[in-house]
Amino acid sequence: MDLSILVDQFASLTFDGISLGFIYVLIALGYTMVYGVLRLINFANSEVFMIGTFTTILVSTTLFNHTISSNTLTGVKLYYTLAAMLVGSMIVSGLVSVLIEIVAYRRLRSRTTNRLTPLISAIGISIVMAEGIRILTSSAPMGSPRLLEKTILATVWGGDIRLDNVLVIVSGIILLVTLDLFVNKTRLGKGIRAVSMDYDTSRLMGINLNKVISTTFLVGGLGTGAAAFFYITVYEVTRFSIGFELGLAAFTAAVLGGIGNIRGAFAGGIALGLIEMYSSAVFGTQWKSITAFVILVLVLLFKPSGVFGESLQQARV
Amino acid sequence: MNFNLRDAGADFWAKANKWQRYVIALAVIAGLFALPLLQNTFLNTPSTPFVSVLFFPMGIYVLMALGLNVVVGKSGLLDLGYVAFYAVGAYAAGILTTHTSLNIWEILPIGIAAAMFSGLILGAAVLRLRGDYLAIVTLGFGEIIRITALNSSSIGGAMGITNIPNPPTTFGLKFDLDNPQNYYWTILVMIIITVLVIRGLAIRRPGRAWESIRQDEDVAELMGVNTYKYKLWAFVFGAAVGGSAGVLFASKSMFISPNIFTYNVSILILAFVVFGGMGNIWGVIAGAMILSYVPERIRFISEARYLIFGLLLVVMMNLRPDGMLPRKKREKIGEVKGVQSE
Repeated sequence: MDLSILVDQFASLTFDGISLGFIYVLIALGYTMVYGVLRLINFANSEVFMIGTFTTILVSTTLFNHTISSNTLTGVKLYYTLAAMLVGSMIVSGLVSVLIEIVAYRRLRSRTTNRLTPLISAIGISIVMAEGIRILTSSAPMGSPRLLEKTILATVWGGDIRLDNVLVIVSGIILLVTLDLFVNKTRLGKGIRAVSMDYDTSRLMGINLNKVISTTFLVGGLGTGAAAFFYITVYEVTRFSIGFELGLAAFTAAVLGGIGNIRGAFAGGIALGLIEMYSSAVFGTQWKSITAFVILVLVLLFKPSGVFGESLQQARV
Repeated sequence: MNFNLRDAGADFWAKANKWQRYVIALAVIAGLFALPLLQNTFLNTPSTPFVSVLFFPMGIYVLMALGLNVVVGKSGLLDLGYVAFYAVGAYAAGILTTHTSLNIWEILPIGIAAAMFSGLILGAAVLRLRGDYLAIVTLGFGEIIRITALNSSSIGGAMGITNIPNPPTTFGLKFDLDNPQNYYWTILVMIIITVLVIRGLAIRRPGRAWESIRQDEDVAELMGVNTYKYKLWAFVFGAAVGGSAGVLFASKSMFISPNIFTYNVSILILAFVVFGGMGNIWGVIAGAMILSYVPERIRFISEARYLIFGLLLVVMMNLRPDGMLPRKKREKIGEVKGVQSE
């Protein structure tokens, strides 16, 4: 217990916490949207994130031939390289997510009513992906070239506002607003809301379930892929177990905000990012990874529907 | 696929008379005790001595799979943190042998009690949750135990505990590196006791309660089953079995560290249960024996074992969700007979 670090660095911990929170929010989309539609914990989403982080690095190292020792970029070149990394990660993650649904869940939906069956299948596919990457990378971490100079834009209350954190927060807001518009204003978004309200009735009403579910997985994967890009921009290193480490924190964020509730996931993610940063300042970073679990247990015990309430439709009346 | 090996076996067993049953059971048990004799045949494992493989991974994993089967297979509670109880048992053995003069046989009940207590604490807190949340919280519990052990320097931190003594010589059997068969026979006795206890429970009230909870928890509750109590029982029983495996493992390997007790072990045990057939003791035993032996025999698989087991989970769930030897279809055989011959 050491409160002095918390007090001294409160402002910079807050900025870091918010940017980490946005990463959690984007990963949490993959859990919360799928849960809303299928009432299934999409275990494999954490590995979608892992694949996204590797894709981000591979885009910059193979497509643009950057190495760990490359200089940082400026101007137009910086913009299109970063954009390519973001889009590459989002597309690959989105496709992997859709593929997971087809391989691991689709057959089970019509065949079984047992809730354990799809859950075990999801755990299986996430192990396959994590282990596959472990074997391919020989368990070694993979570093990312630093393309974006982490300039300090301003100092507020003694805390530095860094460019990478600002990038995460601004683009995070843009992505989340786009998602909110998509879910609320488009025809497919209406389909997603309908299926999450009542699975059977929406089928009777002629909604193409497979299309809606694939779209949900695609959107969740796109969000997770964007989170992977932001994570690499800020933390610059990944390894095969990254999905397990961050995925469960993101799941906690989804539960904290009320799983199935997109706006709740936003609040839950930011809250968790801040709590993790503050608590690691107080208790030491070696305990950081169990903060999320402890919060998860407490939330489920005392308010299982999450702080902001479960289910998609409540938030959008 | 009308032929069901599990039902065929159950029918044969139901038709056999008392003496036939004794002869078969004794023959099987004698055969199992004689397994170390096969050590220089084609079954031999390349990197570790065959008799050691019989104890770990095979014996330990069969025991743990039996314990997890009560939780996942019989009661339908998905526990992804089963390794925590194994760790609690192993650490109880590690701490008590190095700090007190107790020997392993005296520590075994203490280790089991410690694991049961942690199961009770965890179960009391989480068993009111819905099934899929239970999976995540138990997973978190497993990680909390591991990270706490990793960050606690008083119990060795990342270095773990070394120099855990072997059990003393008992009934003229020496327990050391030169006599792995004695460990194997010990764990075989423990497996047989566990099987007898599970079979005993399965035909009585707890077994029926678990079955009803697995099929439909709400209906079970309406029918007057105290679901919370019996779920807690299943959890604590599973924890006891996991803890006993942990104590024995620590005394054989003489060294434990937090890196042994990872999430992957929980998944491994789950794969054994799912592969063999959730809820069926014989299927789970066969599944755990095969799946823990094959990676030892074939080096190539040993590298990628978790990958293969993950794939196995997906394939089994999609093609044969009831496992290789599915649990008996009670409704087919009829209620009275089904209950008696389980």
